[in-house]
Amino acid sequence: MQYTLVAWMRDKPGVLNRVSGMLRRRNFNIDSLQVSHSETPGISRMTFVVDGDERVAEQVVKQLRKVVDVTAVEDITNRLAILRELALIRVRTTPETRGEIMQFAEIYRAQIVDVNAENLVVQAVGTEDKVDSLIELLRPFGIDEMVRTGRVALCRGDERPKRRKQATAIFKAAASLNGNGRGEQE
Amino acid sequence: MAIAKREPTSSGYDLGPQEFTGSQMVWEALLREGVDLVFGHPGGAILPAYDALAEYEGDGRIHHVLVRHEQCAAHMADGYARATGRVGVCVATSGPGATNLVTGLATAQMDSVPVVAITGQVPTNLLGTDAFQESDVVGVTQPVCKHNYLVTEIEELPLVMKEAFYIAREGRPGVVLVDICKDVQIATGTFRYDFDINLPGFEPWPEVTVESVQEAAALLNDADRPLILAGHGIHLSDTSRELLQLVEKAGIPVVTTLLGTGNIPETHPLSLGMGGMHGEAFANRAVQACDVLLAMGMRFDDRITGRLDRFAADAKVIHFELDRAEVGKNIVPDVAVIGDLAETLPAFLPLIRERQHKDWVATLDEWRAETDEADIIQYEVEELIPPYVIRQLWHATEKTDQRVIVVTDVGQHQMWESQYYIHEQAGMLLTSGGLGTMGYALPAALGAQMADPQALVWCVAGDGGFQMTLQELATIQQEKLPVKVAIINNGFLGMVRQWQQIFYDKRYVGTPVLSPDYVKLADAYGIPGAVVRHPSEVVPVLEQAHATEGPFLVDFQVKEEINVYPMVAPGAAVDELIRRPKPGYVQGYSGVQPSW
Ligand SMILES: Cc1ncc(C[n+]2csc(CCOP(=O)(O)OP(=O)(O)O)c2C)c(N)n1
Ligand SMILES: [Mg+2]
Repeated sequence: MQYTLVAWMRDKPGVLNRVSGMLRRRNFNIDSLQVSHSETPGISRMTFVVDGDERVAEQVVKQLRKVVDVTAVEDITNRLAILRELALIRVRTTPETRGEIMQFAEIYRAQIVDVNAENLVVQAVGTEDKVDSLIELLRPFGIDEMVRTGRVALCRGDERPKRRKQATAIFKAAASLNGNGRGEQE
Repeated sequence: MAIAKREPTSSGYDLGPQEFTGSQMVWEALLREGVDLVFGHPGGAILPAYDALAEYEGDGRIHHVLVRHEQCAAHMADGYARATGRVGVCVATSGPGATNLVTGLATAQMDSVPVVAITGQVPTNLLGTDAFQESDVVGVTQPVCKHNYLVTEIEELPLVMKEAFYIAREGRPGVVLVDICKDVQIATGTFRYDFDINLPGFEPWPEVTVESVQEAAALLNDADRPLILAGHGIHLSDTSRELLQLVEKAGIPVVTTLLGTGNIPETHPLSLGMGGMHGEAFANRAVQACDVLLAMGMRFDDRITGRLDRFAADAKVIHFELDRAEVGKNIVPDVAVIGDLAETLPAFLPLIRERQHKDWVATLDEWRAETDEADIIQYEVEELIPPYVIRQLWHATEKTDQRVIVVTDVGQHQMWESQYYIHEQAGMLLTSGGLGTMGYALPAALGAQMADPQALVWCVAGDGGFQMTLQELATIQQEKLPVKVAIINNGFLGMVRQWQQIFYDKRYVGTPVLSPDYVKLADAYGIPGAVVRHPSEVVPVLEQAHATEGPFLVDFQVKEEINVYPMVAPGAAVDELIRRPKPGYVQGYSGVQPSW
């Protein structure tokens, strides 16, 4: 089964390496990993898709919590959440196929973001399933190049993880208390 | 020996802002952490820090022990830390100095020993250029550290130092490395040490839930055949007294892990000694037969569990553990009590009913008697065999009123020590359990002796492992330490030879090991020594060693080809063990010898 985990961590050099190193060392199977800024300056947010059973997912959460720079971890698999992925797909075109490709894109509410004589780039946003099936539709035309972000996730309304709110609050307090430049810097 | 846990930052030092160089900041931070001893080896990238050390060494505030190999600096810091419960500190230069530390750091981290390593790094403007003696030390050591830092700005240094000690010490102890660029050591900045540590997400002392303790008590109170499996956590949390109270109140027998030896005195009728791969048959049978297994401060290492799916298969498992991630990692317990044993055990005790479990204990005593009968130690053997040496070492050290610390290396002798030395206290045996690092014993013994100069410290090493770090004999002499060294010299990398004998049809590839004349070698370092070839010489030579004021080395030239029994083959269940053969003599690799 696939589990969606979200982790927040201090935005410092090498933190991604600490996390990915731990995952590799412990032999966890990670389907995707996505890093970005969070709403709090100095805190990054990572979304993991873990392949395994409940015990594996629990171990990943526990081991992530042991990484000192990780400030909070949540398993949001069973929460109501918005799960999305973005894909950019460069598809080969001929004057005959271009219209059909554009139709497919439209059905999937994907956008055409670049066009030239030989190909065009489709930008698709949606659940991984949706992106997968669009890709399958486009594959017969010839996919020249493709990039996918991997899953990002945000819980709906009341489903927001509480732990994280706390952690962010503590961190903000810490940053202002320290007053040694470290807080601001991050 | 009580462990001074959560030692406070030593007061009496100015914690407010002062101007210092980065180098001075390192030593100033150490002073504020109560550190007066470091083990290290200098080199270019750490030279500014060494230069600044002159001032602190000069007035005796910090003593530096020069090691002969950086691996040993880490082992010494480890030995020091295990003997005191305080953070051990080692220092090395960049590149080869730092990479030499790795084995020692990994050893300490695996056994939850608090160590802070300080390394020099090339100047910030050369980082990433493959400069002379540059290596990515933070990258290299990351998987073997609890945490590590690269310091590229002087402003960060004081807080990093404080965090390093905090992280190494708090919660489950471990290793923290601080890699400091040379220009940061030279730069001047404002030093202060009055920060509050704020590490959101770092949860060293998880809060104990009352329900978990109650649930555990209910389960245990109903048990007919309860058993405690006690690990290093008992020693780390200094709760062997509470453990003994629990054992006696509820009449529960105790098996320990290797690092848990002595958690309750091994002379206690309810002590079954060590379990696992070379645990006694009765101890392992007890694990398999119990109905409630109370695992305390241990992590279900494969050396203790054997085949996991057949481990204590009929038992309900209660796991007392500080590190959440250890709960459910190898064994999923029925009840988990997460928290510091110093909190959970005292809360648990009053909820436990007084019991005796007479039938259960009687069964175990029967099994114990069976084992005793086949035990080599019961027989008079004409040749010099390690179990006899070890037992006599125990008799010899039992008499002293000094604190006794035994430090073993890795191999057959290590297992014989755990079987035939009788440990009366938690923490009297220091050994590399998790990583199994050959070469550990001599430097760790040195560290332990520095920690407690009055203690009687015995290093017990094999002829293989001793030769990995024997250069530290020079350090022992330079520091004038009275460490006693016993080499169990069997002419082989014995434990590997044993595996070759049992699993590889006696093909002894790469295991016969030549030794120098150890007495001459010791003499070259100015250390007296003696050779022992016959059982009758053991006691007098041990007496001589104890009567000698300084260090002493004994080369025990023991029977070569004997095995450690019982043995659980890797992948076998712990009750499928190879028992001790019945006494007799067989034709061996090097002539006729006992068949045990
Ligand atoms: C650094 C290191 N290398 C290899 C090993 C594998 N190993 C485990 S025990 C052993 C034999 C040790 O021989 P010796 O020190 O003579 O002790 P003995 O088993 O003979 O008592 C070896 C090679 C190890 N544990 N550590
Ligand atoms: Mg040997």
